[in-house]
Amino acid sequence: MGSVLAAGYSGSAWIDWSWVNDHTTEILTRLREHVVLAGLALLYGLIIAVPLAVLASRKRRLLAPILSVTGVLYTIPSLAAFAFLLPFTGLSRETALIPLTAYSLLILVRNVVTGLDAVPPEVVEAARGMGYSGTRQLLRIELPLAVPTIIAGVRIAAVTLIGLVPVAALIGQGGLGAMMLDGFQRSFRTPITVAGVLVIALAVVVDAALLALQRLATPWTWRARSIA
Amino acid sequence: MSFLGDVFDWFANGDHWTGNEGIPHLVLQHLGISAISLVVAVLVALPIGLVLGHARKGGFVAVNVSNVGRALPSLAILLLAVLTFGIKDPPEVFRSVGIGSIPTFIALVALAIPPILTNTYVGIADVDPDLRDAASGMGMNGRQQLWRVELPVALPLIMAGIRTSAIAVIATATLAAYVGWGGLGRYIIDGLAVQDNAKVFAGALLVALLAIAVELALGALQRVLVSPGLRVDAGPAGEITTPPRPARA
Repeated sequence: MGSVLAAGYSGSAWIDWSWVNDHTTEILTRLREHVVLAGLALLYGLIIAVPLAVLASRKRRLLAPILSVTGVLYTIPSLAAFAFLLPFTGLSRETALIPLTAYSLLILVRNVVTGLDAVPPEVVEAARGMGYSGTRQLLRIELPLAVPTIIAGVRIAAVTLIGLVPVAALIGQGGLGAMMLDGFQRSFRTPITVAGVLVIALAVVVDAALLALQRLATPWTWRARSIA
Repeated sequence: MSFLGDVFDWFANGDHWTGNEGIPHLVLQHLGISAISLVVAVLVALPIGLVLGHARKGGFVAVNVSNVGRALPSLAILLLAVLTFGIKDPPEVFRSVGIGSIPTFIALVALAIPPILTNTYVGIADVDPDLRDAASGMGMNGRQQLWRVELPVALPLIMAGIRTSAIAVIATATLAAYVGWGGLGRYIIDGLAVQDNAKVFAGALLVALLAIAVELALGALQRVLVSPGLRVDAGPAGEITTPPRPARA
């Protein structure tokens, strides 16, 4: 180990800026892979979780079983979840995407249900009185009012996924985790430090962006009163 | 069918139940380092959360630590810790309390602190002001309020934080095998290296069962500790699902 390091870079420094300067393309590629993997998992998670949550909030007795199943999925460690699928889907992107999607479900389902539950009954009644049908009422009244809680869940899910994706590098799925493993195999700290800092930075930026999106989408939550 | 047969044969093989690579030994290693890391994290995070929460100071920091903490790249911390401290066996004092690998211990403690810290802070700081008024009206001083009113009321949320941390710690202890230490990740990492799918699958099954067992045990502990009047089920993710409340007038 260590000897594989190209000449001129410091393996023992926490960060060697000359390596960073020389490898911006590689760093950006890994960052993009990371965003794509976490983003797809979040997208699939939403596609599954929103209908599931609407169903659970309509048919109450389904809520407990849905939360139990998604809770068990959430509890399974990511490396184990990847390993479960390996015999069936091999070292493919699906092997990483399926468990990552599954992790987001508990958080998303619970927040969508909480959000729908918090819609004031008099608002629902007013909508019904105005002749809103079930679907229109859901799409025009209930879901929009639940947006702050839903986005709170999306923020948690997004940040959690960004933190989980590095493990997918152990099954060859790239992302910033691959940079960490690469640095480790060469006893070279810089790629590990850079990748670690970028994971945190990505989480902070995505979290802030989603918060901004929530405020734009639901001006009534902050325009009337000033809410911190 | 033959694949599941292979997995069954793997479990039926007596060699996998004895010695340093056996299931009992690896389960104990896994649980040992997870338990000591969680205990140390509680000892660090709980007092800070209690003090800050009671004073209702530093909330911005505590809540943001939690959000970023979810994305804490424990793999990076583990790998950097290995490059810094090496992988040789730690002194006997450490091993006797379950710390078989210093880098793993460091990564696990760092990972476990944020959820406990935030949930403790939020739990204590968000105690209904009326309750606090009533407590001071009854003549309790700050310390008594914290121990007799705020802590019991915040306990469901604090326990939820500890459960979140415990699950994350069990999951991440699996990675210790990648840096040459033990725990149940051994079977997954070794199986991956030699493309032995039955071994990988068996390892995954053991890790998953261990995580679920720990989650159920902590859930049971929470039911014992929390006052019956205050029960809410925060569930394994343990997060605060509602958006932050508006600041009180």
